[in-house]
Amino acid sequence: MKLITAVVKPHRLDEIKEALQAFGVHGLTVTEASGYGRQRGHTEVYRGAEYTVDLVPKIRIEVLAEDDDAEQLIEVIVKAARTGKIGDGKVWSLPVGTAVRVRTGERGPDAL
Amino acid sequence: MAPAIMLAADAPRLSSANTGFMLICSALVMLMTPGLAFFYGGMVRVKSTLNMLMMSFISLGIVTILWVLYGFSMAFGSDKGSIIGWTSDYVGFSGIGKTELWPGYTIPVFVFAVFQLMFAIITPALISGALADRVKFSAWSLFLVLWVTIVYFPVAHWVWGAGGWAFKLGVIDFAGGTAVHINAGAAALGVILVIGRRVGFKKDPMRPHSLPLVMLGAGLLWFGWFGFNAGSWLGNDDGVGPLMFVNTQVATGAAMLAWLAYEKIRHGAFTTLGAASGAVAGLVAITPSGGAVSPLGAIAVGAIAGVLCAMAVGLKYRFGFDDSLDVVGVHMVGGVLGSLLIGFFASGKGQSDVKGLFYGGGLDQFWKQCAGVFAVLAYSLVVSAVLAFLLDRTIGMRVTEDEEISGIDQAEHAETAYDFSGAGGGVIGSLAASALAATQSKKVDA
Repeated sequence: MKLITAVVKPHRLDEIKEALQAFGVHGLTVTEASGYGRQRGHTEVYRGAEYTVDLVPKIRIEVLAEDDDAEQLIEVIVKAARTGKIGDGKVWSLPVGTAVRVRTGERGPDAL
Repeated sequence: MAPAIMLAADAPRLSSANTGFMLICSALVMLMTPGLAFFYGGMVRVKSTLNMLMMSFISLGIVTILWVLYGFSMAFGSDKGSIIGWTSDYVGFSGIGKTELWPGYTIPVFVFAVFQLMFAIITPALISGALADRVKFSAWSLFLVLWVTIVYFPVAHWVWGAGGWAFKLGVIDFAGGTAVHINAGAAALGVILVIGRRVGFKKDPMRPHSLPLVMLGAGLLWFGWFGFNAGSWLGNDDGVGPLMFVNTQVATGAAMLAWLAYEKIRHGAFTTLGAASGAVAGLVAITPSGGAVSPLGAIAVGAIAGVLCAMAVGLKYRFGFDDSLDVVGVHMVGGVLGSLLIGFFASGKGQSDVKGLFYGGGLDQFWKQCAGVFAVLAYSLVVSAVLAFLLDRTIGMRVTEDEEISGIDQAEHAETAYDFSGAGGGVIGSLAASALAATQSKKVDA
């Protein structure tokens, strides 16, 4: 099993959700995040004082996937998240040891 | 303030129209203090929002009581040596009859006293913007008591009290350019020179946490300012109040546009904070001058104030003093400009026939304005600095560095401005709060 994590632009959430649903993913977790990559932040001006805002708002999407689906799922997310402009974000995956569905106690792929 | 209309044969009688108008103006000026609280409150960081609001609100309590007890008597009682007033009937408002008229006017003493009270409330509140994030609430409250007693009440007497030296000299201050704005701005400068900068000044980002609150506050100030300015003539029998009303609107619009144009050229964007600040700068500048200038003159006064105040707010970074929300840059600079520009733009067709330089009146009035401006500025700056110094050495003016960093709201008021936990954003916060509530109800049960 893999945990796929995507840190992407907030306004792409709906596209990503729809693409994942179309692929057959049943659940995901979204958290608000902030960060920067190579685009760095932006500048704001208040009464002439310039502030560099380093951390840009992002969302972090987490999805559990079976090993065989993981690469394809990453492709789905990347395609849905892409605007082609700087700051589109990153997607990565990690191996998962155990997953349990809390209500039933099912483990492994059955828990997805 | 209007010269007393004294017709020997025909003493003024109570006018219901003027009395009603002045009661409404008093309520309008009262609303400026909450407006100011929001204007300032939106500009600070989340962690000190409530403290900023409270620094203004507490003035509505403290100054009201002092005004009734002795403030009105000190400011507007009979003159003692052109420096201070005192009328024992005014102490506690105890000897004022409810139909007794303010000498020379058509409104009761009570109406005049309550209208002037609102000015005494907002003036020290203006200072608070320079002291954001770092002053103990107890020290601020005590400073308020001392400052209005030693600075505001006497200065109001100099400028507006019958027999006050600036009044006798012929210094024009229609609604408070010197007594309110220069006075508060200079006091702010004096205090911050003593108490120093915020932790992280010039290093940490200190951007406004809510510009919508700032805009709301600026809107309330603008609205209330019609009472502040037009009401300062204490009646409408000769058309000067309405002229002031018009000029208030005109100068404020011009100043907002001027500030926005300056920052668009200089910094590349029309900002909401610039619009709000420009409007306030225009309101400040037209406050002393609106009765003396024509509407076209008001455009000039507003535009000059908008640009120069926009330039002035940057100076604190160069000089390294932490005038947190630009009280000096907007109120002191705007007040000085408005007061001095009377010397150039007085048309001779407003509150008096005094003409400024551009209307063929020479520089005579300008020098009088200078005297009023710099006397108030110097007195307020020095006395305020001394007061802050004495308080700092005795009870201490500032919260501890830890309290300042973690947030003055929690340290001084035991509250948080915003609860973000309900909407799914902070599940842990809401659970912790309900757990606390459960413990408390258990205590009650036991």
